[in-house]
Amino acid sequence: MLYDYIKEMDMGVLDSNRSVDDATFDSLMSKDILNIGDLPLLLSKVSDVQLEKMAIRANRESIHNFGRTVQLFTPLYLGNYCENKCIYCAFNQDYKVKRKKLNLDQVHDECQSVLETDLDEILLLTGESRKLTGVDYIKSCCEVAANYFNSVGIEIYPLEVDEYKALIDVGVSSLTIYQETYNEERYDALHVAGPKKDYRYRLDAPERGAKAGMNKIQIGALLGLADPFEDAYKTAGHMTYLMKHYPEVEWGLSLPRLKDIENGNFIGDNVEDRLFVQILLALRLIFPKVSFSVSTREESQFREKLIPLGVNKLSAGVSTSVGRQSGDEDETKQFEISDESSVEEVKDMVSELGYQVVFRNWVTV
Amino acid sequence: MFRLKNNAYTSRLIIGSGKFSSNALMPEVIEASGAQIVTLALRRVDMEGRDEDILKYIPEEISVLPNTSGARNAEEAIRIARLSRAMGCGDLIKIEVINDTKYLMPDNEETIKATEVLAKEGFIVLPYMNPDLIAARKMVDAGAAAVMPLGAPIGSNRGFQTKEIVRLMVEEIDVPIIVDAGIGKPSDACEAMEMGIDAVMVNTAIASSPDPTAMAKAFRQAVEAGRTAYEAKLGRVLNEASASSPLTGFLGA
Repeated sequence: MLYDYIKEMDMGVLDSNRSVDDATFDSLMSKDILNIGDLPLLLSKVSDVQLEKMAIRANRESIHNFGRTVQLFTPLYLGNYCENKCIYCAFNQDYKVKRKKLNLDQVHDECQSVLETDLDEILLLTGESRKLTGVDYIKSCCEVAANYFNSVGIEIYPLEVDEYKALIDVGVSSLTIYQETYNEERYDALHVAGPKKDYRYRLDAPERGAKAGMNKIQIGALLGLADPFEDAYKTAGHMTYLMKHYPEVEWGLSLPRLKDIENGNFIGDNVEDRLFVQILLALRLIFPKVSFSVSTREESQFREKLIPLGVNKLSAGVSTSVGRQSGDEDETKQFEISDESSVEEVKDMVSELGYQVVFRNWVTV
Repeated sequence: MFRLKNNAYTSRLIIGSGKFSSNALMPEVIEASGAQIVTLALRRVDMEGRDEDILKYIPEEISVLPNTSGARNAEEAIRIARLSRAMGCGDLIKIEVINDTKYLMPDNEETIKATEVLAKEGFIVLPYMNPDLIAARKMVDAGAAAVMPLGAPIGSNRGFQTKEIVRLMVEEIDVPIIVDAGIGKPSDACEAMEMGIDAVMVNTAIASSPDPTAMAKAFRQAVEAGRTAYEAKLGRVLNEASASSPLTGFLGA
């Protein structure tokens, strides 16, 4: 069982203060295939030279597997009703923010304006409220979006297998669900109340999505909520388990990093850029064919630097509040975005870097 | 010349169109490679015809070989192939059924099923396969116009590793054999061609080179050299070392 597998992962092998001698490091780098067993070394206190060696290999393997291409997608917030009390999120039930959801006409309008930016992959998001934004509502929204885009993804509260199947039937091909943190105790403390408190139900969600037949599934931890080493290692454990049992799924990883939020009094552990990059590289090296994405939580200049290190997917033209393109945007955002570049600007940035922007990478049949 | 049903091609190098830093590079790379066939992932084709549309960068005289990348079973591959035809991409189709995203290994069983259905519908079917003589025969029986065994696991960067199996296919299979995937350098392509393989398909090695145009040219030369060597009966020279005194000399004159 996944839960036991994650729980029983030996944290003793991680030691971020241990440095690695060059001979050991180079012999690791000379292996053809790296796996989770190599991760503790990759997450140890590597020197600048060693980090650069990781970057060179990550760059080479990423170009080999993905070419010089970067896929773009954009999120669309359907609603911000939420029954959860997650202390790091602006949609926390306790926060006095204007609550709303888009009606289907508004979803049409939003899709239309996204379409005009050339994007062909959309990610529909909503807070957790089975009452106000239930599966039937989400399904209707997905149906609308599928008329506009080849690739429709969801980043919503965890569902049952049959519910995922119902969404696949109307055109959903990808699922994004982050565990936030894999540390169960910390998870419990951060998710004060609401259905999201159920660590295990969320942990099993990607697997339920795979069982339902989802084509692409993206997982990850929100770095900064807990010990980043533990979260990186357990994210890798989760991915290793899923890839072994569901090799047919196109797996993806994202490494969101915590930002301050409106209304928030929560300050997470600061994950410095160097550590963030090391974690990205370490995971890229053990998962060379997995899709890696970075959100607009990161600044434009920083995102640009991450592309050669193995990021092959970026969000663009992003707003994290409900109702945006059609000018009906309200004030409260789920999190502050740091890269406010337009799709056109992201496209230019990618091209100048010598990479091709890919809008479309899915065929709906 | 090699043939895919009624189409004849003088170039024996097929190139991929994915992974380039810009689609605008394609015309120059295609020209340098001399390729007459360019593969194209249907999942990348933009039917709305926006400026990223890869089809705009492939010259008209080039045959487009759409692939069913993204298909996880025969049924999905069949649907993608039909969509390809409906979009005006012609009858050529490379069947790619992959349900192992970790190593990107093709599923021969599902590929055979898709080949059968699509060949009956009049497609010119080129199945991408894990090299296996028995599976290749079944694909030919199912109507494949050629078979495309992989040269090495994608991404392994180890050159033509499956040659001992592919060699048997060259002997036994009557449709063209096109080695696809794993051809990392021109010398790999040359080696494959020397063995009598009909054509090779190259994408990553060209697209990920700092100078894709020069690399395309290098592959063209390697493929031509290998083919010429094969036609000059390279194999016979190697296999016919003679003993210093005739082994059958005792039979007398």
